[in-house]
Amino acid sequence: MTESLYLISAVLFIFALKLFSRPSTAFRANNLAIGGMVLAIISAFNLKFADYDVVFYLVILVSAGLGVVVSNRVQMTQMPELVGIFNGLGGGASGAIAYVELSNSTLVLSDFSVAIFSMTIGVFTFSGSLIAVAKLRGKLNSFNATVINILSGVLLVGVITMLTTKIDYSTEYIIILSLLLGITRVVLIGGADMPVVIAFLNSLSGIAAMAAGFIVNSIILIIAGALVGASGIILTLLMCSAMNRTIYQVLKGGFGTTKINNEYEKDPISTSAEDIAIQLSYADSVVIVPGYGMAVAQAQSAVKELTNTLKSKNIEVKFAIHPVAGRMPGHMNVLLAEVDIDYEDMFTLEDINSEFSATDVVLVIGANDVVNPLARTDEDSPIYGMPILDVDMAKQVVVIKRSMSPGYAGIANPLFIEENTKMLFADAKEGLENIVKSFELV
Amino acid sequence: MTEIFLYTLLITAMASFIGYELISKIPQTLHTPLMSGSNAISGITLIAGILIYPNVVDDVLLKTIVLIGVSFATMNIVGGFSVTGRILEMFKKND
Repeated sequence: MTESLYLISAVLFIFALKLFSRPSTAFRANNLAIGGMVLAIISAFNLKFADYDVVFYLVILVSAGLGVVVSNRVQMTQMPELVGIFNGLGGGASGAIAYVELSNSTLVLSDFSVAIFSMTIGVFTFSGSLIAVAKLRGKLNSFNATVINILSGVLLVGVITMLTTKIDYSTEYIIILSLLLGITRVVLIGGADMPVVIAFLNSLSGIAAMAAGFIVNSIILIIAGALVGASGIILTLLMCSAMNRTIYQVLKGGFGTTKINNEYEKDPISTSAEDIAIQLSYADSVVIVPGYGMAVAQAQSAVKELTNTLKSKNIEVKFAIHPVAGRMPGHMNVLLAEVDIDYEDMFTLEDINSEFSATDVVLVIGANDVVNPLARTDEDSPIYGMPILDVDMAKQVVVIKRSMSPGYAGIANPLFIEENTKMLFADAKEGLENIVKSFELV
Repeated sequence: MTEIFLYTLLITAMASFIGYELISKIPQTLHTPLMSGSNAISGITLIAGILIYPNVVDDVLLKTIVLIGVSFATMNIVGGFSVTGRILEMFKKND
């Protein structure tokens, strides 16, 4: 009986993923998945509710309450941090279960290996995610890459030796080493590489859950864990190919720290909010390219206001979203959806790149490397070969940015000094609000 | 290798394959809620906590560790589904 209930909940999860493929049905997908989860939990209790003490139910109740509070309070700009924390909790939960099974039961060899694997991955995900969250919050900065890479290499060899030799190491040592490995591996990776790291840790949290399913012989854990693992892997690969880098290159860390000549040959053309308003009012088509700078400045509402103003003047407005814009997959889309921008107006790189040459004005808001034409032309550039938004093909480009400072890759962006580019040096929110105000005067 | 272990491996392979096929079709616009939704689903480890808790109630340390796992998994499930719902609500009202 219990097994067939698990089967139903697995089917619900799979159908939920199917419905997730369209924004209009995705909300129903979430409810289906909730149904699957509730069913799985009820089946697990198997009507033996009396076998559990008050503490157990209390822990569930309090944790659930915490989950509700946090998820309702979090701002959409903080989604990368929240998903980072959840990745860590998922890994930590599987690590804890695996540890208990290793200490408590006599496991057959195959289960024993899986338990060690689940614990290692779970603990690594836990500490790695906490570091990722600290990096996202800007709490951790530069470290000596060489020292940490060597340390991390030694730790990796240590963990592999422990896992493969027959000597009976105590599980506590493996936990400590996995914790340190997670910290040293993630601490070097920063900024714009975060979408890869977050997706990768997301995948690992699923794989740890799947492995835990082997230990407790639960099919639903295996299926759900595998689904999460697959999802994370797909996103990891997508993010990597959007940067033209391999997962190994990303995890090695230290990107953008090498000093490269990033001087400009000439000064950019600086402009004012009034001039931009005039320029935009003569346009027929405008494409807005949001980047991390929009999230940092919390400029979504200002973007919406400008969009409304432009649309009221019958100007066509589209949004071009690079896959790695922001700090996690789909970050920009959520911020725009939050202010009621229609998802039909959001375009992916493949869909919009051919349209730039027919666009009157491109408005780049706090994005840098993803619109750097060097990715197409300069073979020596660290971003060479990365697919970029070809905004330089548009008739006119306006960039709202606080300064000429380089982006994550640490290189100059020749787009900023091109003849058809104008720079508005301002905080994204302030700049946009000033443009909207100027429109009233035009 | 026991037969059960091989059977479980087969389930794993099939689930991964189905997951890969379905998730590849999810558009970029929904990648953030996809991630928070998978966070919720990875809270499935709660099931393992429920299954093994009755075996460890006499050992205070192990009991505590299971409870930590249960707490983490519950936060993931409730927090994950709730924030995913919040995000998808924003996409829904566009229709």
